[in-house]
Amino acid sequence: MQNLKKFALLFSFILIIGVLAACGGSDEEEASNEETNKEETNANNGESNKDADLSGEIKLAGSSTVFPIMEYVTYEFVQENPGVNTPLESVGSGGGFERSTKGEIDFSNASRPIKEEEKALAEENGIELIETVLAYDGLSVVVSKENDFLEELTMEQLRDIFLSERGNTKWSDIDPSWPDEEIVIYSPGHDSGTFDYFNEVVLEEKPMREGEGVTLSEDDNLLVRGIQEDPYAIGFFGYAYYVANEDSLKVLAIDGGNGPVKPSGETIQDGTYSPLSRPLFTYINAESLKKPEVQAFTDFLLSGAAAEGAELVGYVPLPEEEYKSQLEALQAKYK
Amino acid sequence: MALQTGEKSTKRMKNRIRKNKLFHTLFFGATALSLVILAMLFYRIISQGAGNLSWDFIKNFPAPYPDRAGIYAGLVGSLLLIAIVAVVSITIGVATAIYLEEYAKKNKLTSFIQSNIQNLAGVPSIVFGLLGLTFFVYILNFDFSLLSGGLTMSLLVLPIIVVAAQEAIRSVPNDLKEASYGMGATKWQTVLRVVIPAALPGMITGSILALSRAIGETAPLLVVGAATAIYALPDSIFGSYTAMPIQIYSWISKPGDEWPVVAATGIIILLIVLLIMNTIAALIRNKFQRRN
Repeated sequence: MQNLKKFALLFSFILIIGVLAACGGSDEEEASNEETNKEETNANNGESNKDADLSGEIKLAGSSTVFPIMEYVTYEFVQENPGVNTPLESVGSGGGFERSTKGEIDFSNASRPIKEEEKALAEENGIELIETVLAYDGLSVVVSKENDFLEELTMEQLRDIFLSERGNTKWSDIDPSWPDEEIVIYSPGHDSGTFDYFNEVVLEEKPMREGEGVTLSEDDNLLVRGIQEDPYAIGFFGYAYYVANEDSLKVLAIDGGNGPVKPSGETIQDGTYSPLSRPLFTYINAESLKKPEVQAFTDFLLSGAAAEGAELVGYVPLPEEEYKSQLEALQAKYK
Repeated sequence: MALQTGEKSTKRMKNRIRKNKLFHTLFFGATALSLVILAMLFYRIISQGAGNLSWDFIKNFPAPYPDRAGIYAGLVGSLLLIAIVAVVSITIGVATAIYLEEYAKKNKLTSFIQSNIQNLAGVPSIVFGLLGLTFFVYILNFDFSLLSGGLTMSLLVLPIIVVAAQEAIRSVPNDLKEASYGMGATKWQTVLRVVIPAALPGMITGSILALSRAIGETAPLLVVGAATAIYALPDSIFGSYTAMPIQIYSWISKPGDEWPVVAATGIIILLIVLLIMNTIAALIRNKFQRRN
């Protein structure tokens, strides 16, 4: 009998812990909401803010490359509109389209344009996705600061280094004036949008070298560390990762046919860093634009926040007029 | 002749002692190695992240700025998930174990189920994520919610709990059960008053270890739609949420020198939560073991 009692006691203990955790959570949430509300009213004293009482949920999902921009935009948006919840998922461009083509999310972030089959799927489900460019990313080809023989590469030389069919394993195989050392490659994993882009533009869908001397990783910081320490290593990733590690990495000028160009704010924005600069997108569900909170978010996104976010994380914002014209085109649908 | 064997046996003896010493050092080395690795991990994480640890870090939502980023959303999300997992998986897991050990006939079907449960315990977690996506998110229409995440995690740890609970039940001495039957108790009475109390410490240990695994999992949660950045707590079990490992992963993969520090601080919080859970498990277990 005593055993039974103890068992019942334990079971209710587990239940109580569960319930407490649940209640504790929501209590604190209310408290913190109140706090932010208070701050909000304080901040807006004297200012008229028609969005202060917005509520609802704006769902965003997609590319991990676009994630940092959107993290900035949602964070700043929620500071001004604490009633709106903005869950943002980082699941890759394809993962985002999987959700947006079913109409499950409002914003689908992508580091590549939507594919034909994804577009067809969206149409089948009666969903219209409006393409919006947020910023540019320059795919940067980098070597270590200690590397003293590379300054620039042509697209052909890039293919010599990365394509498996060229069969080069030593730097001297490509150019006799380069050292007789093994080429060490650091590349983003095959699932990333960055690799997709490199695959399309540089490799032209032919297989990249694999095996010895080649490291693939989804963790860009690991690529950075690998390249930093090895004068014979080469790799590529988004411009933001180069900017964050400028003092230990050397970025190469790429010759796409019109002379070597290094990626920089200007060359990426004006398109001279070609063909390795790419636009970053978000696709807006046209149906969602009927919701006031999504309208407010779109206004916020394209009147400054996207540019600030891009700047903060090391991407390159569009010229101001381009944000403006995109916003006007969108506003025509709801204003 | 006699002398010779004497010499031989001392030689053999020496040889044995040497072997004994060799294996002693070998096993000690193996233990030391894992301890050293653990110590290195702790040292690295704590030296990197402890400086950043503050009340603000616990109370703040994620942020695009390293000095303002906090783990609050992840911490609460993880605790809520664990609460759901605990209620669902322990109830179902223990019930399954009792059925399999005490009620099920020992036939081919039972052993088939048995081996499948053991196989399930080794299935990669992402597979459970896909199952959760199909079943909870789409078929049961729970959407990408806390509930879907919790139930998916429950499936993930269920096999571990079943196996642990079965082991615990099996270790209950048969004399106890037979004594109970001998007193005229029914099967149900025996299970409830003899088997379960005796097996409780083992069940609790297994369950807490399983929950500790759930609190560190990321992959299935990403599939069933946990957010990476969110600035509000879930308003109900159907709300959006995030969890600690997702936050930590997101911080680690960001460019910049400050983010690994934020990630290390997040790992410290995760370790503290794990430590608290394991301590609770140890306390409960000791309490029940002493009674038995």
